[in-house]
Amino acid sequence: MSHSLISRRTLLKTSAAGAAFGAAGLPFSLRPARAASATIGFIYVGPKDDYGYNQAHAEGAKVLKGMSGVTVVEEENVPESVDVQKTMESMINLDDATLVFPTSFGYFDPHMLAMCKKFPDVQFRHCGGLWHKDKHPANAGSYFGYIAMGQYLNGVVAGHATKSKKIGFVAAKPIPQVLNNVNSFLLGARSVDPSITCQVIFTGEWSLAVKEAEATNALVDQGADVITCHVDGPKVVVQTAANRGAFVCGYHASQAPLAPEKYLTGAEWNWATVYEMYAKHLLAGEPLPNFTRGGLADGFVKMSPLGPGVSDAGRKQFEATLAEIKKGGYAVIKGPLKDNKGKEIAAAGKAFPETAIELESTGFLVEGVQGSTS
Amino acid sequence: MADVTASDVPAPLAPPRLAAALAFTARRAEGIVIPLGALVAGMAAFSVFLLLLGKSPAQFFELMWRGGFGSWFSIQNALLRATPLLLAALCVALPARLGLTVIGGEGAIVLGGVAAAAFGHALSGLPYPVVILAMGLAAMAAGGLWIGAVGALRHYRAVNETISSLLMAYIAIALMNQLVEGPLRDPASLNKPSTHPLDAAYRIGPMPGMDVHWGLAVGIVACVACWVLIDKTRWGFAARVAGGNVRAAQIQGLAVGPLIVGFCALAGALAGLAGMFEVAAVQGSANASLAAGYGYAGILVAFLARQSPLGCIPVAFLLGGIAAAGGLIQRRMGLPDATILVLQGMLFIVVLMSDTLYGRFKIFNPDRWARA
Repeated sequence: MSHSLISRRTLLKTSAAGAAFGAAGLPFSLRPARAASATIGFIYVGPKDDYGYNQAHAEGAKVLKGMSGVTVVEEENVPESVDVQKTMESMINLDDATLVFPTSFGYFDPHMLAMCKKFPDVQFRHCGGLWHKDKHPANAGSYFGYIAMGQYLNGVVAGHATKSKKIGFVAAKPIPQVLNNVNSFLLGARSVDPSITCQVIFTGEWSLAVKEAEATNALVDQGADVITCHVDGPKVVVQTAANRGAFVCGYHASQAPLAPEKYLTGAEWNWATVYEMYAKHLLAGEPLPNFTRGGLADGFVKMSPLGPGVSDAGRKQFEATLAEIKKGGYAVIKGPLKDNKGKEIAAAGKAFPETAIELESTGFLVEGVQGSTS
Repeated sequence: MADVTASDVPAPLAPPRLAAALAFTARRAEGIVIPLGALVAGMAAFSVFLLLLGKSPAQFFELMWRGGFGSWFSIQNALLRATPLLLAALCVALPARLGLTVIGGEGAIVLGGVAAAAFGHALSGLPYPVVILAMGLAAMAAGGLWIGAVGALRHYRAVNETISSLLMAYIAIALMNQLVEGPLRDPASLNKPSTHPLDAAYRIGPMPGMDVHWGLAVGIVACVACWVLIDKTRWGFAARVAGGNVRAAQIQGLAVGPLIVGFCALAGALAGLAGMFEVAAVQGSANASLAAGYGYAGILVAFLARQSPLGCIPVAFLLGGIAAAGGLIQRRMGLPDATILVLQGMLFIVVLMSDTLYGRFKIFNPDRWARA
C-alpha cells in the first residue's frame, strides 16, 4: 500500500536496468538518491509490553513512528528459528521493508546472516555487537550499549539503600554480558560500603517467571534488601521483591510503574537514539554505519528517574558518579581486584573501562559476589 | 419377462454398486466434513471475538489467506513452518492409538537436536551420507529413549504418561542447557552458549525448486508410513486393540507392554528426528533456540487431525499457514501476537467438542438409511 515510489531496492533495480542500456545509469546505482520514505521492520523475541528487553526496543521503534516518511512494521513473539527468517522475508517481500532490526541476540547466526545473503539490497542491523567486517556481509551490522555502567549506578543507589548490607541479583545465564552486570552492581554498592555482598542466582533461562519468583524470594529470605536482575522481562522480579518489602533496581526498561514506592532507579536502554540515527541516514540515502556502540554519555543507555526510596546521600553520589562516567574512561573493573575464588583479575594500577575488549569475554564473578558461574 | 430380465442383468447390479459407493463415501465423509465444519464454526466464533475488538473479520481472513496460502512465497512459508510440526504431531498421534496422551514431544526434539549436533561435529570429515545417517540415528535414539521411557513408566510402573512426558520435557530442556553450557559448549559461543557449529558441508539443504528443506519430505513420508503401520499392519491392529481395551488385548495374548514401549519409542524417535532437522537444516548447532515450542504445537496438530497420521499433513499445513500469516496480521492490523493463539485455542476447543458429533448424523451412517 504505502510503497515508496523510489525505494532503495526499486531504485537499484531501475538503475541496474539503466546501466544495461548505457553507462548513464551507473553512477546512480552506487549511491541511491534521497529516499522519500522507507519501511523499517522490528522483530522481537517476546511481547512488546514485557517491561523489559522487548519493551525497550519497542519504545525505540515507537519514536520512529513519529518521523515523517518512516513506516514501522513490528512483529512480537518470534522464535529464534525459521520463523524469524520467514518474518524478515515477509517484511521485505510483503511490506517492502528496506531496513530490518531483528532485536534478539539469537537472531543473528544463522537467521539474519542467511537473509543478508538472500537480500543484498536490504540493510540489517542486529542488537548485540556480533558483527565483524571480515566475517560478515556488508549489509549487516550491529549496535549495542555499555549497560553495565547502568548496573554500576544501580549498585551505588543500592549501597545507600541497603540496611542488611546484602543485595541480590536474579540472573538468567552465566554469560559475559550478565556477569559484567552482576560485577558492576556489587562494585557500585561497594563504592559506598566495601562490606556489602551480593548473592546471585542464575535461573538458566531468559524468561522463566516461576524460577524468577523463586529466586527473588530466596534472595529476600537470605536477607537481601535490594534486588536487581538481568532477565528478559524483570516484571516478576520487581513485583515479587517489592511485595516482600525489598527495594528494587530496574533493568532494560523502567519498571517504576510496577512498584512506585520501592523502585530506586534502573539501567535502561535508550534505543531511540540508535534507531533515529539509522532512520535519518536511510531517509537521506546515506550509508548506514555497520557497527555502533555507546553508553550513558552517548545516550544509548539511560537511568530511570530516582524513586522516593533514594536518600539524599544516595542521590548525591549517584549524580556525581553519573557525571564522572559521562566524562568517559571510567573503569568499574580496576585493580587491585580478585574474583570470588581468590584469583587476581586485575593488578593494582590496571583498569578496564567500559570499552575494554576484555570485558566481552568476562567469565568471573568479583570478590563479594556469592554465587558460581558453573 | 425372461427376456427383459436377461437384457437387464447389469441393471439390478448397478444400484447396489452405486449404493456401496455412496455408503463408502458417506462413511469416509464423516471424518472430513465434521472437522471442516468445526473449523468453520471456530472461525465464526473467532469472528465474533474480532468484532468485539472492533476489528474486521473480513480483513483478518483476507490477510490470513495472503500471508499463509495466497502466493508461492506464502505457501513455502507455511510449508516451512509445518515441517517440524509433522514429526512432532506423530509423537502425539502414535501413542494416542494406544490410548496414551503423550504431550512431551518437546523433550525428544531438543535431545534429538543435541545428539545430532554432537555426532555431526564428532564425525566431521566422514562422507556426507554417513554423517547425516549417524546424526539421524543418534537423534532418533535420543528421542526414542526419552519417550520410550515414558511408555515404560506407564506400563510397568503405572505412572500417568501425560504428566510424566511433560515433566520429562522439562528435564530434557534442563539437560540440553547443561550439555550446551557445559561439556558440549563451543568456547567461541560467548553470549549464546551453543554446541560447535556443524560443518557447512554437512548441512541439509532446500529441496529443488523451493526454499523448504528436506525435513518436509521426510515428515510427509513418516506420516504416510505411520498410517500404513497403524492401519495396515498387525502391529498397528494390535495397538488399536490395546488402545481400545487393554484387558481385552491382554486376554487375547497381545504383548501390551512391548507394544506401548515400542510405539512410544517410535514416537519419540520421530520427534528426535525433527530435532535433527532443526540442527542440520536450520540452526547449524544445538542451543536453547531448539526449544521453540514445536513439541507443543504438535499436540494441537495431532488433536485437530484426530490422531490420524495422514490427517496430520493437511492440519500441519493449515497451522503452518496460520502461523505464517500471524506476522502479517500483527503488522497490518496492529493486533497482538496472542490473537493467533486465541484463534488456535478456539479451533482446538471446537474440534474437540465436535468429537461428540460422530455417529449422530444419519447421513454418514448407511446402516440407518433404510430406516428413513
